[in-house]
Amino acid sequence: MIPRSQIVLVSAIAGAGVLAALAPRIDSYFALIISNIGINVILAVSLNLINGYTGQFSLGHAGFMAVGAYSAAAITMFGAPKFAPALTQGAGVHALFPIALVGGGLAAALAGVLVGAPSLRLKGDYLAIVTLGFGEIIRVIFRNVDSLGGALGLNGIPAYTNLFWVYAFAALTVYVVVSMVNSTYGRGFLAVHDDEIAAEAMGINTTRYKITAFVVGAFFAGVAGGLYGHSILTIAPTGFDFMRSIEIVVMVILGGMGNTTGVIIAAVLLTLLPEGLRMLAGAPVSLPFSAPFNNLKWIADTRMIIYSLLVIVLMLARPQGLFNWANRSAMRPKV
Amino acid sequence: MTEFLQQLINGLSLGAIYALIALGYTMVYGVLRFINFAHSDVFMVGSFAGFYIGRGMPKESFVTGFLALTGAMLVCAVLGVVIERLAYRPLRSRSKLTVLITAIGVSLLLENLGQFVFGAAPKAFPTLFPVHTFNVAGLVIGSNQLVVLVVALALLGALQYIVLRTKVGTAMRAVSFNPQAASLVGINNDHIISFTFALGSALAAAGGILYSLNYQAIDPLMGVLPGLKAFVAAVLGGIGNIPGAALGGLLLGVVETFVNGSRFSTFTDAIAFAILIAILLFRPAGLLGKMQVEKV
Repeated sequence: MIPRSQIVLVSAIAGAGVLAALAPRIDSYFALIISNIGINVILAVSLNLINGYTGQFSLGHAGFMAVGAYSAAAITMFGAPKFAPALTQGAGVHALFPIALVGGGLAAALAGVLVGAPSLRLKGDYLAIVTLGFGEIIRVIFRNVDSLGGALGLNGIPAYTNLFWVYAFAALTVYVVVSMVNSTYGRGFLAVHDDEIAAEAMGINTTRYKITAFVVGAFFAGVAGGLYGHSILTIAPTGFDFMRSIEIVVMVILGGMGNTTGVIIAAVLLTLLPEGLRMLAGAPVSLPFSAPFNNLKWIADTRMIIYSLLVIVLMLARPQGLFNWANRSAMRPKV
Repeated sequence: MTEFLQQLINGLSLGAIYALIALGYTMVYGVLRFINFAHSDVFMVGSFAGFYIGRGMPKESFVTGFLALTGAMLVCAVLGVVIERLAYRPLRSRSKLTVLITAIGVSLLLENLGQFVFGAAPKAFPTLFPVHTFNVAGLVIGSNQLVVLVVALALLGALQYIVLRTKVGTAMRAVSFNPQAASLVGINNDHIISFTFALGSALAAAGGILYSLNYQAIDPLMGVLPGLKAFVAAVLGGIGNIPGAALGGLLLGVVETFVNGSRFSTFTDAIAFAILIAILLFRPAGLLGKMQVEKV
């Protein structure tokens, strides 16, 4: 008997294949949006393992994404032509790209160990600031590596990303995170989240759980970075700044910390929202009584204001997230 | 030697600004035990308040500078109290994470409102004080650097007086020490917390104006990096500790200026975070802070 979750995983990957087969018929603009949705799902679900399930507030996810994006690009642009030129042509690409993505993920995971091992001894707001600081340090380092383009960024990355790889890896991310958390071993993450001191008293190695969550989250952030880089073809350190991390954090908060389904919904909605607003801003609307809406540019302009207000109101009124219907309150006040 | 002294002066005047911002972080942390992420944006609002007041004045003089400074401090004091009242007070009994996320939300809100209201493009900051350059024994000292040092010292002195010698300062220390016991002896914690926010935000506004005088361009996202660095300064000195924040700010300013003058100048922005990580690893209580035992 095959476990249900694995059947779901296989069918999701098959679905990704079908989607990729349909891709040529989709308008390239929509295809890009669909691809971005998948990438954001990977980022949000992997951050949810750290911030939601394990309760360690990280603000450095974009930094890991940067490590993955640069490493994967370095593999496809410099590594492969030098050591395995056969892989850069024809069908070889289909083998090279997943290798590069996993390579990017591993590099990000390594960065995750380096960041996590010292900083996960800290709690709450200190951890948030330190991860933020690490994200900035990673960016400053990339800005100073001239062989990777320096401040100008890396140009001419091959366009390997397609919908199949995006959604196959999105499915894999969801599968890994959900099975990890729902396993016997994974209860430790929730225990660390609920009460660290009690977890420690029960004999749970809290530091190890925290680092595991961090490394797995960083790995998938790295994969997402690789997909992102091979999708937009130009990466620069400015693209992975603090605001990018915040965007991912908002998806996790909106979806409900520690609620994978909610986080996926939030990632989809928050990727679609700006695009929808942009389209509204461009489209002339001429319905009766629509005068105030004829020029919808102001909605696009105030998008970020609405975002931030949403975060505040959500925290005041519904800290468990918008899409969290389950009883288990993710942010139960501690006594 | 001359160059060393020159860099030291530049560093101290930058550090004095960090110190002013760091004081706000440290005082709020002292009474509420959380990092007020929005503090760096209060700093930005202070600069813009100074910008609009200064632009409305006929020409630069000490009166203009003084009015812009006090006006901006007042505006930000009110802003700080309003933020606390609307966003943080309802969350006082909730988990720290909730408050932290709210603080990030407030910070984003101020930044985006700033971009909407003031415009995203940088603006040239008016010269509020009369400008003069002094040459002392080969050293070049701008009058703005002197203004920064004098104002920062005066404000530090005033703060020290308020915290140590006045009734409300005593109450602040009491709330910081033990909020429950403080309310038992008749201190209204809410008033004291509001007062702390007003004080910290006013100092941030002063820091904002002094910073803008030296850098001459302001924009709605200007607060992010100085804010983070000032936070590092607060941790460096020992968070919750007022002289510590001042010391941390000065140290950080000097270190940063020297790195900026060396051949590692492109790494300047990373230095503060490297210091932060090092201090949290080796001396988490900061330079002047006392180690505390975690109670269960």
